[in-house]
Amino acid sequence: MSDLVWIFVGAMLVNNFTLYYFLGLCPFFGVSGRLQVAFRLGMATTFVMVITSLSSWALTTFVLPYAPYLKLISFIVVIASTVQFVEMLIKKVSPVLFRALGIYLPLITTNCAILFLALTQTSKEYSLIQGLAFAVGAGGGFTLALVLMAGLREELELATIPAVIKGTALSMIIAGILSMAFMGFAGMFSAS
Amino acid sequence: MSEVELTIKGRGNEPSGVRLTATLALSGMLSGFLLSWAYQVTTPIIAANKAKALQAAVLEVVPGSSAVSYLALRAGVLVPISPDEKTTDPVIYGGYDDEGNFRGYAVRNAGAGFQDEIQLLYGYDPATKRVIGMRILASRETPGLGDKIFKSDSFVANFNDLAVEPEITVVKDGRDQPFEVDAITGATISSKAVARIINEGNAFWLGSLPPAGEEPPAPAPAAQPGAREGGRP
Amino acid sequence: MTPEKMYDEFTKGIWKENPVFVQVLGMCPTLAVTNSAVNAVAMGAATAFVLIGSCFLVSALRKYIPKQVRITTYIVIIATFVTIADMVLEALVPAVHKELGAFIALIVVNCIILGRQEAFAGRNPPLPAVLDAAGMSVGFFIALMCLGSTREILGSGSIFGVPLFGPSYEPWVIMVLPPGGFLVLGGILLLFNWVKQRKLARRAGASA
Repeated sequence: MSDLVWIFVGAMLVNNFTLYYFLGLCPFFGVSGRLQVAFRLGMATTFVMVITSLSSWALTTFVLPYAPYLKLISFIVVIASTVQFVEMLIKKVSPVLFRALGIYLPLITTNCAILFLALTQTSKEYSLIQGLAFAVGAGGGFTLALVLMAGLREELELATIPAVIKGTALSMIIAGILSMAFMGFAGMFSAS
Repeated sequence: MSEVELTIKGRGNEPSGVRLTATLALSGMLSGFLLSWAYQVTTPIIAANKAKALQAAVLEVVPGSSAVSYLALRAGVLVPISPDEKTTDPVIYGGYDDEGNFRGYAVRNAGAGFQDEIQLLYGYDPATKRVIGMRILASRETPGLGDKIFKSDSFVANFNDLAVEPEITVVKDGRDQPFEVDAITGATISSKAVARIINEGNAFWLGSLPPAGEEPPAPAPAAQPGAREGGRP
Repeated sequence: MTPEKMYDEFTKGIWKENPVFVQVLGMCPTLAVTNSAVNAVAMGAATAFVLIGSCFLVSALRKYIPKQVRITTYIVIIATFVTIADMVLEALVPAVHKELGAFIALIVVNCIILGRQEAFAGRNPPLPAVLDAAGMSVGFFIALMCLGSTREILGSGSIFGVPLFGPSYEPWVIMVLPPGGFLVLGGILLLFNWVKQRKLARRAGASA
C-alpha cells in the first residue's frame, strides 16, 4: 500500500514529469497562457496516460516477451491511436474545448511524457495497479505544473517587463524557479 | 524550393486504399526485419555486458571472492541457476574464492531514496552475521551531497564490517557500536535510505538462508565466463 | 545544385534556424541530459544518427509514400532508427546508455526530427535533405554542448570530468540539477534576444 502511495506521490511531486524530468515542455510553454485551457489539457493528457498505462501493461505482459525489439514502435502506435480516440471524444463532447486546445491536442502524441511513462513503467516492471497509480500521479503532476505556470503567466500579462526578456526566456526562468520549489518535496518518503 | 513543392503537389491524384495499406504494411515489415536483425546482433553483447557488470559488482562486495554463482530461492531452498536463466523467483548471488570456499552472499535490493529509487548490492557473511561490502548500482541522489553514498570512500567503508543485529542504525556522532553507520553530513536522509534498504533485504533473506557452512557449492569453472577478470586477491 | 546553395542548406541549421535557440524545439532532451558535457555529446551523436538516417530514407522514398499515410510511415522509419541507436549504444557504451536512460528512446518524439521530415526531407531530393539534416544536427549538437558544458562548469567545476578550478571551488550544485537546466537555457535565450535586438536597433539607426 505504502508502495502505491510512494509511486503516486513520487510521480506527481518528487519527480514531477515536467519540472524534474523536463517532459511535455511544448504544451507547458505553448498552451499554458490560460488557466482554464491548461487545466483541461492536463486532464486530457492524464486520460491518455491512464489508457496508455493500461495498454502498455497489456503489451508488455502478452506481446513483448515474444518480440522485445518492437517495444518502441508498438508503444508509439498505441499512444497515437489513444490520442486519436480522445480527439474524437472531445470534438463530440465539447467543441469549444476542441477549438481552444487546437494543435496541442494531436500533439499529445508527441508529448514525450506519455512515451516516457510507458517506458518507465515497463523498465520498472510495475504491476497493473502500480502502473495506474504511476499514470494518475504523473498526469496529476503534469496538470499541476501546467496550471501553476498558466496562473503565473496570466498575472505576468499585467506586469511591465523589459522587451528583451519577453517570451520563452522569461518562461524558462519562471520554470526554473518553480522547479526549485518542487525540489523541496525530495526526501519526503525516505525521512524516517 | 517552391518549384519542388509544386511538382510534388501536382502529382496528387488520390491513391487507392490498397496502395495506402500496402505502403504501411511494407514499411512495417521492413522495419520489423531490420529491428529483429539488429536485436540479434546486439542482444548477446548487451547480455554479456550486464552479466559482467553484475559479476564485477558481486566480486567487489564479497571480498576475497573470484567466482560467482546465481542462486534462486525455490520453495524455501537455494537452487543454483544458470546466469542466463530468466526467473521470477528471488535471486541471490554467492561469492567463492579460488579454492571454491564460500566467502559470502551478495544481495540486491532497491528502495526509495531522497530523490528517486536507490538500487544497491551488498555482501553478507552468514558465518559472522556481518555486512562485508556495499555498492550502489543506480541512484539519482543530489550531486555533491546525496551522491556521497557511493562517492565518499569513508561512508562506503562503514559497510565493510557491519553487524546486522539487532538492526543497522544510522548515527550522526561517530560510530561506536558494530551495527552503527556514520551518516554523511548534509545527506542524512540518503544515508538512512541505504541502511533501510539493507535492513529490508536482511529481513527478507536472513530467514531463508541455509545454516552457515551448508551453502551451495561453488559453480563449475566452465559456467564462469570472464568472471575471474574482475577478481581481487 | 550549386555549391553555394549546398553550403546554405547546411549552415542554416547551425545559426539562422538553429533548432534549439531559434526554433525552440526538442526541449526535453536538450534540458534533461545536459547536466554534463559527456552526456550532451552522446545525445547529440544519437540524435544526429537518427536525423540524418531518417531524412535520407524519407527523401529517397518520398515519391512512393502517399501523403495520407506519410506521418505514420515517417514515425515507423524514425522509431526503427531510434531502436537501432538504442541497442547499439547499450552494446557499445553501457555506462553512457545507463546515464541517458529512457531519453534515447524519447528521440522518437523529438519534434526536431519529425519536423524536418515534414518541412524538408519529404519534399526535397536526398542530397539537400541530408545536408539539411546534417546542418540541423550540428546546430542541435552545438546547443547541447553550450548547455552541457556551461552546466558542468558551473555545477561541478569540471569539463568532461576534468576538474578546472582546484579544490577551493565550491560547486554551484543547483546548475546540474533540473532548475539549473531551465535557468541556463533561459539565460542563453536572453543573450540571443539581446544580440538580435541590438542588431535590429543598429539596422534601424543606419537606415534612419
